[in-house]
Amino acid sequence: MSDDTPALPTNAPHPNEDSKPFWDAAAEGRFALQHCDDCDTVIWWPRALCPACSSFDLTWYDASGNGRVYSYTVVHRSVGGWNAVTPYVVAYVELDEGPRVMTNIVDCDPDAVSIDAPVRVVFHDTGEGWALPRFTLA
Amino acid sequence: MSIRGRAYIAGAYEHPGRHLPDQSLMEIHARVCVGALADAGLTMTDVDAYFGAGDSPGLGPLSMMEYLGIGATYMDSTELGGSAYLAHVNHAAAAIAAGKCRVALVSLAGKPRTGGRPPGGGGGSSAPEADFENLWGNTVVSAYAMAARRHMHEYGTTSEQLAAIKVAASVHAQHNPDAMLQDVVTVSEVIESPLIADPLHRLDCCVITDGGGAVVVVSPEVAADLERHCVPVLGAGEAPKHTNNGRIDLTHTGAVWSGPLAFAEAGVSRNDVDYVSIYDSFTITVLQTLEDLGFCEKGKGGGFVSDGMLQAPDGGLPFNTDGGGLCNNHPGNRGGMTKIIEAVRQLRGEANPAVQVPDCEVALAHGTGGSLAGRMGSVTLIMGREI
Repeated sequence: MSDDTPALPTNAPHPNEDSKPFWDAAAEGRFALQHCDDCDTVIWWPRALCPACSSFDLTWYDASGNGRVYSYTVVHRSVGGWNAVTPYVVAYVELDEGPRVMTNIVDCDPDAVSIDAPVRVVFHDTGEGWALPRFTLA
Repeated sequence: MSIRGRAYIAGAYEHPGRHLPDQSLMEIHARVCVGALADAGLTMTDVDAYFGAGDSPGLGPLSMMEYLGIGATYMDSTELGGSAYLAHVNHAAAAIAAGKCRVALVSLAGKPRTGGRPPGGGGGSSAPEADFENLWGNTVVSAYAMAARRHMHEYGTTSEQLAAIKVAASVHAQHNPDAMLQDVVTVSEVIESPLIADPLHRLDCCVITDGGGAVVVVSPEVAADLERHCVPVLGAGEAPKHTNNGRIDLTHTGAVWSGPLAFAEAGVSRNDVDYVSIYDSFTITVLQTLEDLGFCEKGKGGGFVSDGMLQAPDGGLPFNTDGGGLCNNHPGNRGGMTKIIEAVRQLRGEANPAVQVPDCEVALAHGTGGSLAGRMGSVTLIMGREI
């Protein structure tokens, strides 16, 4: 678990049968992905079948936690508790394994974020036994 | 089978209100339904099909059909967000062509300006993607901002070019006494307005309004008996686009698929189109859509929208002559219905005179539902003055 004090709202996820392995791994500080045993497709977000070949034979594995910024925005006006923490950064990070995942870029000046910037995963404790994967500039 | 010429839009009505705290959601539906039927010269008893999307209160279309007193042989509650109403016209035309119904009523109503349900385009907490998109402070604006940012990165699009879209909408809105925003703005004013989610400024965003609208789609036989100018449906195309197993591409929309389907069915080319209603939740929505419909080369939208291209009546491709969602109206945070209605006005020659496109014979209306270039439903509808 990161020592960083999360400034952003860090709300618990609602794991279901598909997604619980992802959130169990995140709670242990691992970014888990599914891989299709039949066609090698890496899958995002969690589901029961491979969207490329309809196979149900999927295997969880640990991703590197490394990626690059695909796109991002600095949010200046938001809703609810998020309005109190502006400006903050919402981004799509392209993982080294391929998928582009929505997240926050944290622990940096928002103006320091740029497309293609390398990033590294950190985990923010939600306080209920779960953790959210966010990213810092590498 | 094609819907070309098999159905007509006989009635169209936009609620004149933009803030309606004293009318229930159901009353707004009822007023626009009655308004559209009156425009057509029909009454509720003529209706034999009803189409309602997620804004219709109750179970699918059923509660509103009971509220309105509609008995029907056909009903449809297709939900695609703001583009649903264009899909409804497509589905109504197909149902009419198949002989399932003769008079189809499509309605939209919403009260986000009064309050209640917050603006949103997401799939709700039960959606499979919910935990992977809802925990990061992502708003409707920030999702579109990420699409704008990526488009800027890949194609060099600028904030000034996006602002030109808002300027054109505002030039049109000055002639619309019902428009929420009636002041003409400049590129500088757009860029100097507060950033909401970088690179989108406040004036890159549509208005938030109460209100609604309705259209009546009828068979050729019904149309022939009406005195009102009925607008033939020429063609339509629908396409979903989603995040593609985590390989999201934020630079294009589902219009790359819905557009060609609509043009092929309508039997017209882009050069034949005299007027376009393009869903304008944000300026970037218009820019990506125009590119993806093929009105300019991909990535060249920034240059295309500059220099007055979109301004009626003399621009090369007049758009959203009611002021669009950017200035006029965005009832229920769903802009598809008003896109149809203004296209019908143009084809009837009943737009505000200052923005009426001369000899408007072919109009295209395009809807974007959901999140631009993310998880979205694109619908393109092409209509004619005559057939």
